[in-house]
Amino acid sequence: MSKIDLLVKGLVEQHGKTRNSLMPVLQGLVQQERFLSEEAMLVVARELDLAAAEVYGTASFYTFLDTVPRGKNIVRVCKTITCHMKGKEDIVNAIENTLKIRTGETTHDKKFTLLTANCLGWCHKGPVMLVNDEIYPDLTPQKAIEIIEEYATLNGH
Amino acid sequence: MSKYLVNLKINNIPVSVEEGTSILEAAKKLNFSIPTLCNHPDLTVAGNCRVCVVEVKGAKLLAAACATPVSEGMDVSTNSQKVRTSRKHIIELLLAEHNSDCTKCFKNGHCELQDLSSEYRVGDHVFLDLVKPKDKIQDISSPSIVKDDSKCIRCQRCVRTCTELQSVSALAVINKGDQQKISTFLSKSLHDVVCTNCGQCINRCPTGALTEHNYIEEVWNALYNPNKFVVVQTAPAVRVALAEDLGFEPGMRVTGKLVSVLKKIGFNKVLDTNFTADLTIIEEGTELLKRLKKALVDKDENVALPMMTSCSPGWIKFQEHLFPSLLNNLSTCKSPQQMFGALAKTYYADKINVKAQDMVVVSIMPCTAKKFEAGRPEMRDSGYQDVDYVLTTRELAMMVKQAGIDFHKLEDEQYDSILGESTGAAVIFGATGGVMEAALRTVYEIVTGREVPFTNLNIIPVRGMEGVKEATIKIKNVKPEWSFLEGVNLNVAVAHGLVNAKLLMEKVKSGEANYHFIEIMGCPGGCLGGGGQPIPTSPEIRKKRAEAIYAEDASMTLRKSHENPEVTEIYKEFLGEANSHKAHDLLHTHYKVRKRY
Repeated sequence: MSKIDLLVKGLVEQHGKTRNSLMPVLQGLVQQERFLSEEAMLVVARELDLAAAEVYGTASFYTFLDTVPRGKNIVRVCKTITCHMKGKEDIVNAIENTLKIRTGETTHDKKFTLLTANCLGWCHKGPVMLVNDEIYPDLTPQKAIEIIEEYATLNGH
Repeated sequence: MSKYLVNLKINNIPVSVEEGTSILEAAKKLNFSIPTLCNHPDLTVAGNCRVCVVEVKGAKLLAAACATPVSEGMDVSTNSQKVRTSRKHIIELLLAEHNSDCTKCFKNGHCELQDLSSEYRVGDHVFLDLVKPKDKIQDISSPSIVKDDSKCIRCQRCVRTCTELQSVSALAVINKGDQQKISTFLSKSLHDVVCTNCGQCINRCPTGALTEHNYIEEVWNALYNPNKFVVVQTAPAVRVALAEDLGFEPGMRVTGKLVSVLKKIGFNKVLDTNFTADLTIIEEGTELLKRLKKALVDKDENVALPMMTSCSPGWIKFQEHLFPSLLNNLSTCKSPQQMFGALAKTYYADKINVKAQDMVVVSIMPCTAKKFEAGRPEMRDSGYQDVDYVLTTRELAMMVKQAGIDFHKLEDEQYDSILGESTGAAVIFGATGGVMEAALRTVYEIVTGREVPFTNLNIIPVRGMEGVKEATIKIKNVKPEWSFLEGVNLNVAVAHGLVNAKLLMEKVKSGEANYHFIEIMGCPGGCLGGGGQPIPTSPEIRKKRAEAIYAEDASMTLRKSHENPEVTEIYKEFLGEANSHKAHDLLHTHYKVRKRY
């Protein structure tokens, strides 16, 4: 039995075998694996007795359920209008230069993926970014770089 | 429990309807038609296309008539200026994301969006054209279904069809907003996913986003080729539906005209799948009796019961994907289409002195899955592909128009012989329960020497549109050689539409069901509701086609497959006896385990 098999079985045991469990199971998988692979979606479909296309439909609907490989840390810079006006572009540039990747890409060592996100609901403290589940408000390019470097060290860089 | 009546006004005309009725239905009662696209009588309400908007007095926003239930005192306007302007804009917005290259579209003239655009006189390029170039690449991987995302308006009828009627869900809605589309798993090609090729999605697609993979030109080329001998076979359900695509009302029987038009189009011989339907009954009935004997006399625990019919290729592929552990339960009989092909290029070709390699076998089918079936590698027992081209009823209607033949004025003609004779038992293959009824008429008589104990041979319990039907027939006073069946209650079940097939299969798999014989048809209503039949479809239309099928049966002199003289003849001359070695070589097949995931 593959690692994904075990992981999905555990999640299904925890959340139940009904259609309603699809979301928590997918979320659990993303938490562990950072993205939903073809294999993972097929295993979920099999375990919940759903068609593969249904699982893919749900997975592709939600921005936070990725279906392409992602790095260990996912950085999402808010791109919506308030953050945009408050200098989100400079934040993105700073991170791109630090990580040597463009928005949408993942670093070679698979530590970071840089993405933009729609409104994160922190307009009063923009520009903001989300690293995994942690929100970082009132960013400056310098602050953003420090945060990224901290994550890099945390992960034994 | 009687429902409350709700009083409302539509276009100032008072009307009372049952609580829970939609505005759309209430308006229909007053003969006001409201345009719809996502709504379909076979499916749940979606309310996503918005073309059915109406004005409800006092409400701030327009309401979708299909998705809004009536309420007491409601004052609805279906045709106000606001309604008309909004509908027009909605259609124009749909067109902005639709590849409106109508003249080159397979559905040109048969498209609900085109009809509405014409009705509402939409403006030219009111909104920017947003069709993505990559969506214009059609998925032609499936031999049955062509998917063209550039024509899709995301009404999701296909998704609901595939889920609610067929429980397959080959198609789902993926992504959101302007990226939303109807897709297979990971946008793989239709050929590579769990799709049964049933074509029910095509029957309900309002545009040209889903159409059959058509082979009209290939058939014309064969007909024009002087070195080819082209024979055509017609499935039972075609004769009760073709007329719908040629200007007649549903439920019209046009068997004689069908033969006549095929001759005029230029087929060398016009033959009947009904002949091999009768043959199927002999082969399948014998197979059933053999399995019963093995189970009851030899006490063989490995014999696969209940036995299940194998005529419907959508159902076969469904079973191969979803219930591979039950493949042994399927009858090994090929479908009548494939029996015909195998015999045409062997027995028949010899008889009429045509080389098999010079013969082209064309089928006219109510079905898109038959296109896939004809291409299966198992279906080459004549040494060639047994059936070369499969056309749907709709494709034939197009050919009739292309040939410039006035169908209305045609005289009835008779099928050519041989492979053209059939009985009433064969024609009912076209309706759900028909194969079961035909099999029972023959099997009961083989075993007891008497006709089935039903008035006029009409086995009513297996007829009708209920999703799963059950019947028990007590076998009494059997002939001596069948003594092991004396007093046996033969339990049978019939299901149509794959959602019902799945219910039944789960019961069989769990051991809860205790049947001997099961008939399954992949499409709602059986072949008469097949994915290749004229569009539109609805429960009423399918009911009319079914009535026509049973009327055709009642009108025949011979109504039992074993009484078909050509069937008797072919056993005597060629096959030997039922389930003989030769019959197995040509008329039986095996199935393939396919992945569900």
